[in-house]
Amino acid sequence: MTSTATRPRGARARAAIAAKTLRTDRWWFAPLITVIGLSAWVAYATVRVFMHNNYWVPEHHYLTPFYSPCVTERCVEGAAHFGRFLPGWWIIPDAALTLPFLLLFRLTCYYYRKAYYRSFWLSPPACAVPDGHKEYGGETRFPLLGQNLHRYFFYAAAIISLINTWDAILAFHSPKGFGFGLGNIVLLVNVVMLWAYTISCHSCRHIIGGRLKHFSKHPVRYRAWTFVSALNVRHMQLAWVTLGTLALTDFYVMALAAGWFNDLRFIN
Amino acid sequence: MSAKRQFRIWRGDETGGDLQDYMVEVNEGEVVLDVIHRLQATDAPDLACRWNCKAGKCGSCSMEINGKPRLSCMTRMSTFGDDETVTVTPLRTFPVIRDLVTDVSFNYEKARETPAFAPPPDVAPGDYRMQQVDVERSQEFRKCIECFLCQNVCHVIRDHEENKQAFSGPRYFIRAAELDMHPLDTRTDRKEYAQAEQGLGFCNITKCCTEVCPEHIKITDNGIIPMKERVVDRRYDPLVWLGSKIFRRGETPQTSVTTARQGSATPSSATRSGIHSHAGAPTTRGPRRRRRAASTGIGRCPTRPRRRSTTGAGFR
Repeated sequence: MTSTATRPRGARARAAIAAKTLRTDRWWFAPLITVIGLSAWVAYATVRVFMHNNYWVPEHHYLTPFYSPCVTERCVEGAAHFGRFLPGWWIIPDAALTLPFLLLFRLTCYYYRKAYYRSFWLSPPACAVPDGHKEYGGETRFPLLGQNLHRYFFYAAAIISLINTWDAILAFHSPKGFGFGLGNIVLLVNVVMLWAYTISCHSCRHIIGGRLKHFSKHPVRYRAWTFVSALNVRHMQLAWVTLGTLALTDFYVMALAAGWFNDLRFIN
Repeated sequence: MSAKRQFRIWRGDETGGDLQDYMVEVNEGEVVLDVIHRLQATDAPDLACRWNCKAGKCGSCSMEINGKPRLSCMTRMSTFGDDETVTVTPLRTFPVIRDLVTDVSFNYEKARETPAFAPPPDVAPGDYRMQQVDVERSQEFRKCIECFLCQNVCHVIRDHEENKQAFSGPRYFIRAAELDMHPLDTRTDRKEYAQAEQGLGFCNITKCCTEVCPEHIKITDNGIIPMKERVVDRRYDPLVWLGSKIFRRGETPQTSVTTARQGSATPSSATRSGIHSHAGAPTTRGPRRRRRAASTGIGRCPTRPRRRSTTGAGFR
């Protein structure tokens, strides 16, 4: 074989380019927005969870998702659909059974991992922008090895979505009987979005059919996988939308419970 | 309509170099590679770059344009502002040979280490039969043109040279996924291999590989994350482990995993056993073509031969 090309000769140095990045676009904008968005949400949620107030609207049976299921001794009786069996210390959230799992579900979510690795951990802050750390081991050792437990938090999140669905159904039955108002729509939209986010999870996609080698032998699971895959494409959008619907739903219930305004009622 | 535009191009070799300024004529409808060719025809006849098809299908003209890993033949000049300076540099992750040409041998070494396609031994080539629905997922990864932009942008090796030994990179994760999902592949240890030998655990899902892929392969969502979930099945999920013990499913031979990276010349177990191979078997034409591909590129835009050999899995 005749070749006029120069052949590589063992180890060579990389191009000596002084600039850390030559990107000219606003690569810093997305991580900045992520930091602001996530920090604002976490701050709001923390305040609300430890407020222990204005989470239940007795006239319409609206319960905010931040307090569902309400299981501490300090819970209002009507809001405690599953009993009150935890002590009512202020440090214990009224939804202490579910909040840790929801937090871990989002913390280990494949989309949120991308979001906070880039924006908070700067590893890397953006594509072709240098990593903010000298050494990098990825998810190969503790504690980041724990990201592999995502599917268990998915199972927990699915159960919690069932509880939220039950809350939304109960909200149609107020002390005056069947009723329907703007609050019901807010709760329903929140639940639908929560289900969409939960089902679009990558672990769900794997469990429902992604792990199969032969789709042709499992046509039902293949169709389910196809449906989840279509949702999975929107997983990032759903992750942000659900943060918004959760905060909005909680705020709406808080405003009604505090008497800032009245619910817009369509029936009863 | 033509206009003069400002270009900054990195010139140099392994001993050093810097960005040099050029004013060059740009015509309507041109791409960055056209402008580089014009530079070679006018101001910089010794400018080295690598190119071949000019159609975004050979993966040869990978470089960094305004800091972003791109194919120069697919980067239209109309995407830049009229007075914007266009900065062109070689891929940062790989050793530079000269100017815009880098030595991408790292990728061919990782390709050789990856266990080859292993069809059932009792089915002869030509007798492979599979349903489209079973093979669709693998086919997405077959679109890969091996431009190595994903390898270049991955911060695991781009910013941490020391990880190159333990990390194969996104291109070879989708190769592992392609074969693990392939209906005719009989190896059951690809998940273990991906985790233990390819360094799948290093990936932290920041999706840069997907962002730069010129073939729009969903590398992270459809390749890396499914492989991570399959690894979880085997390594971290006690329920699946218990189920496999009770129902005797998923029994996995482990022997070949630990030996697969003992030198790039070590054939995979599939090769040793006489099973069809395109990646590492000394009798195939793959390695020779890959070596030639890795070595070309100096001078006036020499071409890089097309080589599909590193990804041969028995179907296209």
